[in-house]
Amino acid sequence: MDNQILIDYLPIAVLLGISIFFAVLLPVLSLTLGPKQGAKRNLAPYESGMTAIGEAQRRLPVKFYRIAVLFILFDVDIILLVPWAVTFRKLGLYGLYAMLIFMVIFILGDAWVWKKGVLEWD
Amino acid sequence: MIPLSWYLLVAAALFSIGLYGVLARRNAVAILMGVELMLNAVNINLVAFWRYGRFPEQPVGLAWAVFVLTVAAAEAAVGLALIISIYRHRDSVVAEEMDTLKN
Amino acid sequence: MEFQVPTINILLIAPAAIVAGWGVLLMLIELFISDEAQEQWRQIVPGLALVGLALAFIQTVGLWGYDGGTFILADGHPMIVVDNFATFLNIIFLLTGALTIFISVDFLRRTGLERPEFYMLMLFSISGMMLMGMANDLILVFLALELLSIPLYIMSGLAWPRTDSEESAMKYFLLGAFSSGFLVYGIALTYGATGTTQLPGVMAGIANGGSLALAGAALLLVGFAFKVAAVPFHMWTPDVYQGAPTAVTAFMSVGAKVGGFAAMLRILIIALPGLGDVWAPALAVLSALTLIVGNVVALVQPNIKRMLAYSSIAHAGYILIAVASAPASPDGVSAALFYMFAYLFSNMGAFAVVIAIERKTNEGVMLDDYKGLAKRHLGLALAMAFFMLSLTGVPPTGGFSGKFFVFKAAIEANLIWLTIVGVITSAISGYYYLRVVYTMFMQDGDGEVAAPEALKWTVGFAVLVTAVLGFIPGPWFDIARQAALQGMQMVAGG
Repeated sequence: MDNQILIDYLPIAVLLGISIFFAVLLPVLSLTLGPKQGAKRNLAPYESGMTAIGEAQRRLPVKFYRIAVLFILFDVDIILLVPWAVTFRKLGLYGLYAMLIFMVIFILGDAWVWKKGVLEWD
Repeated sequence: MIPLSWYLLVAAALFSIGLYGVLARRNAVAILMGVELMLNAVNINLVAFWRYGRFPEQPVGLAWAVFVLTVAAAEAAVGLALIISIYRHRDSVVAEEMDTLKN
Repeated sequence: MEFQVPTINILLIAPAAIVAGWGVLLMLIELFISDEAQEQWRQIVPGLALVGLALAFIQTVGLWGYDGGTFILADGHPMIVVDNFATFLNIIFLLTGALTIFISVDFLRRTGLERPEFYMLMLFSISGMMLMGMANDLILVFLALELLSIPLYIMSGLAWPRTDSEESAMKYFLLGAFSSGFLVYGIALTYGATGTTQLPGVMAGIANGGSLALAGAALLLVGFAFKVAAVPFHMWTPDVYQGAPTAVTAFMSVGAKVGGFAAMLRILIIALPGLGDVWAPALAVLSALTLIVGNVVALVQPNIKRMLAYSSIAHAGYILIAVASAPASPDGVSAALFYMFAYLFSNMGAFAVVIAIERKTNEGVMLDDYKGLAKRHLGLALAMAFFMLSLTGVPPTGGFSGKFFVFKAAIEANLIWLTIVGVITSAISGYYYLRVVYTMFMQDGDGEVAAPEALKWTVGFAVLVTAVLGFIPGPWFDIARQAALQGMQMVAGG
């Protein structure tokens, strides 16, 4: 049993070794072989001519992100609810109470989100 | 039946890919994806160990995979919020460019 | 299979539940604060958070001496154990939280960071730390670790849109998530090797686990080494500590580290004693590396926060000495506990002074800003000097007593070479700690010092405890020993 597991894990060790090797190798190669960018000028969008001006920081709407995070939240909520629903009869009242506590906390969180105005699009 | 070691191999491969992603990618989002791959590799391991384990009547591995998913979601939410916040101020999510903290 | 309802004693998890519930409560109350009342709300939130911590503290102290568990499953193993080990650590976490509130109220106000969510996130993080010490199941360890870490990621970024704070949060988050990936992979392998995630069950099964168990234990160690910032997994620490708002740095330099050690100790001592002859030498090497790198790199740091970051790495090394000697020495665990208790006060006190000197966010944190502090504010300068002596390990301070017990445990465990490394690196650390003292007393400089009453009292309290731990460590060590013994007894009793 012991040896079997050891043999089973040999490829993993090899793979791990390879991935670490590459992860180290590639940055090192690009650092040593890659062209050196000397002056800060070379990094500017236009090497000659006008210096780039203007606001580098622009506003980025976060409402899409908020909705996406809310989606994840409900998604995970369902992941936790489904196993309970499947074993509902087996778990009985204990499961009901446990899930009630969980749902109360979850709904409090939703209320918080709602009240904070996250759900408003504009 | 497919032997357990195959699942473990897939999981280890996934973990290594994730590890590689974290170490080699420069984009913070890609690093985060690498971390998620690592956590998913763990999930494969957990479910496989449960199915082939000594106590298949106790679904510990299954229950646990659910928790790992939950935590991964929470981490992703926080991480993406940080990334967006940085992107708004800097127009960049490249991890290497975050280098103001040096002495 | 018939489902059996677990035996639950809600009183036992009350300390952690109160802290977490209090955080939720504060968040809900905040919803109903009108815009006009926001200002008053900001002023009372710290006090309210303190009330929550105090309630939990009363409950925790009442549990001293209790030995049992709750959420007991059908097979008789509890998910959560409450013993003196857990209670002792819970007291450390609650004190950390309370001291952080005391030193940060004025700081946050003056730097414009007065965001009530700071206190709520801190409460959540503290509840995670408390669960780390009580967890008797690897699943719970993982969940507690995340509950500890995720609020900390957000707290590091509290000073947004400041670049350094955001950067610190990002780095902390990426490396923290990375390390929990290792940890949870290690837990999964351990589960595969033993068929269970309960610590006593893991102990029973680990002997037949073979290479799978070894790989699992190794990954677990890597995960925890990241959390407690042990070399070579420390890369994130200096950047995160420097960039985060100083109040947050103070909190995580004690809380997150002790939390990591809490779970590490319980897992190593209770679940993995069978692999002791494997992990103890590994930890010894890790600790030697941590001591050398932490102390040597700290020598050249002109930034106090960065210097304290490397110093906290070095202190993780000293605690690791105690952990590494735990299998062979009866006092290993208690030395680690005592050291963490002493470290809490020395480090918190030092950060309190740093906060008093810091004028704006991350301004006034260089060594040069400490010039002439003795003339500007003698009390703070003397206190800082005392904390620096304690962190160096000069008698009669708590830091000295801590190091004494740690080295004693290491000698008992026959880790003579590690003790020598520890002593030499302590001597090296004297250079950078005492340089602060020299700067404060021997050089001239000016600048304002913000020392409100709350901060002065905190500093005074920290000085008092550090001195008491230095002059009469005996009774305190006995308490730490009582806290540690129960952990060991569980090993003996199976």
